[in-house]
Amino acid sequence: MIESGHGSSRGPVSSQRRGGRVDKLIDIKNVRHAYQTQDGRLPVLDGLDISVPEGGFVAVVGPSGCGKSTLTKLIAGLMKPDEGEVWLHGKRVTSPRSTVGMAFQNPVMLEWRTILKNVMLPLEIVASKMSRREQEERARYLLALVGLEGFEDKRPSELSGGMRQRASLCRALVHQPDVLILDEPFGALDAFTREDLWQTMHQVKAKEPFTCVLITHDLRESIFLADQVVVLSQRPARTQYVLDVPDTGPRDLDHLYTPEAAEMLNILRHQIEVAQGRAPAQPEADEVPEPPPGSTAQGMV
Amino acid sequence: MTPMAYVPTPLTSAKDAAAPHARSVASFLTSRAVVAPLAAVVVFLVLWELLVRVNGWPDYVMASPSDLPPAYADYWSLFLVMGWQTLWRTVVGLVLAVIVGVLIGMVMGFSRVMREALYPLLVGFNAIPKATVVPIVALMFVGAHDFNTVLIAFMISFFPIAVSVSIGLSTLEPEYRDILRSLGASQTTIFWKIALPKTLPEFFGALKVAVTLAFIGTNLMEIVSPHGRGLGALFDSGKTNSDYPLMFAVLIALAFLGIVLYYVVVALEKIFAGWAERSPT
Repeated sequence: MIESGHGSSRGPVSSQRRGGRVDKLIDIKNVRHAYQTQDGRLPVLDGLDISVPEGGFVAVVGPSGCGKSTLTKLIAGLMKPDEGEVWLHGKRVTSPRSTVGMAFQNPVMLEWRTILKNVMLPLEIVASKMSRREQEERARYLLALVGLEGFEDKRPSELSGGMRQRASLCRALVHQPDVLILDEPFGALDAFTREDLWQTMHQVKAKEPFTCVLITHDLRESIFLADQVVVLSQRPARTQYVLDVPDTGPRDLDHLYTPEAAEMLNILRHQIEVAQGRAPAQPEADEVPEPPPGSTAQGMV
Repeated sequence: MTPMAYVPTPLTSAKDAAAPHARSVASFLTSRAVVAPLAAVVVFLVLWELLVRVNGWPDYVMASPSDLPPAYADYWSLFLVMGWQTLWRTVVGLVLAVIVGVLIGMVMGFSRVMREALYPLLVGFNAIPKATVVPIVALMFVGAHDFNTVLIAFMISFFPIAVSVSIGLSTLEPEYRDILRSLGASQTTIFWKIALPKTLPEFFGALKVAVTLAFIGTNLMEIVSPHGRGLGALFDSGKTNSDYPLMFAVLIALAFLGIVLYYVVVALEKIFAGWAERSPT
């Protein structure tokens, strides 16, 4: 769960233990990072603390350019933080490791490969001892799971944006990573396709459990998919607010139209406005962000 | 397949069903891809013939297409020998240009420092008209005719290849790299699995330019260097003997070889980078 970062946390911060699971599969401790630009140092992360239990699903939201994508690169080990530590499964992350799967807003399919071969790509690198046939079976299984059965031998250019994103999801999961990092994967899709994919995410998670960090701009997406939503402040980013979503596990779209969902969206929207500096930090009396009913952690399946 | 509005008739389609292979050959030969360029060539030759006839030009002003068959008939064996010499030297120069061009392109594509360092040098080198370099090279390696010709063909054609490869590699979207890098893949793996195939369409685009440039290089050297060989030398001897139809015949032969080489590249492109071609739908 999320811990407070050096007095930066203004929202309710919870820290619970869950029996039987790794409590902190991802543990980000007081991470600071800055980029060197032509205009000097540009701090992007300033004391970030996030931890995700095994099987957890954390959505990270925040104003544009607040350093969310930097966060994904730190977890993936593509970058090292200037200060602070990133731990994955009890090991400190200092370089890329094969236990991570990534998907981006741009599905980056390799156009010269078929969909099946695209999905098999990570296996060629991390699971070379797996036989070709096993690799293919694994890829076909995942493609069927996301509803792409029959498209295995198509080229990416023959698929729609939503289908490419489904294939990209399969590629991120094919090597059974400990951690799935999704960097605005549904951002470029139309609203209906996006909602379809949200439901697919729940279906996939039921069959192929994963621990996930989702970067998103879509508040509805965050409460529909995640167990916990983390709001980051304006750059340089700190953990500003943490929201526990009461209904973990598979949900259907009706959940987005309940009073509880409206309440959560309200809170999150207010927090984003705070992060952008467009609203005072102290919410109005009737908006006090007490955790919505049932926010105690439930088993996640 | 491109739709052919004018080919199918009920009569042929009945036959087609019986012999699918014969149909595919026949439909290829009557397809727009074959008929249209052939028609264009015929129209071009007719216009050329008309231009010469209407103006009543003698063949020392401009030979007409009808002057060409006798010229080919007289010198056919020379055309075969010289044409072969021109062809192999162009191809060797081009192969060298591909090897060196790809290497330079890789160095510039992967290292920003090298890109900034080498670019002005390359551009300056490319800006020098190769016609001015030809006599220098001819004097430097006097007598080494094959070497000189290959060298010029190489020098004139490696530039577009180097530039396209370097641009292809340096504009690789970071996500492509990240997908593999996050799995701990080595730089070599990233190059073979992603960077190289991703750059192939740009590479072949440049190769199409380079193939005709290499031809120009070969012929410059063949024409300029004394006691030369190849079609360029044949052209030069036509000039010396005031055999104007021969000169035109050489030009047409050069054009023919150029077309052949170009389409060899197109065929290679189809094989190795056919995925980049979008279907017309």
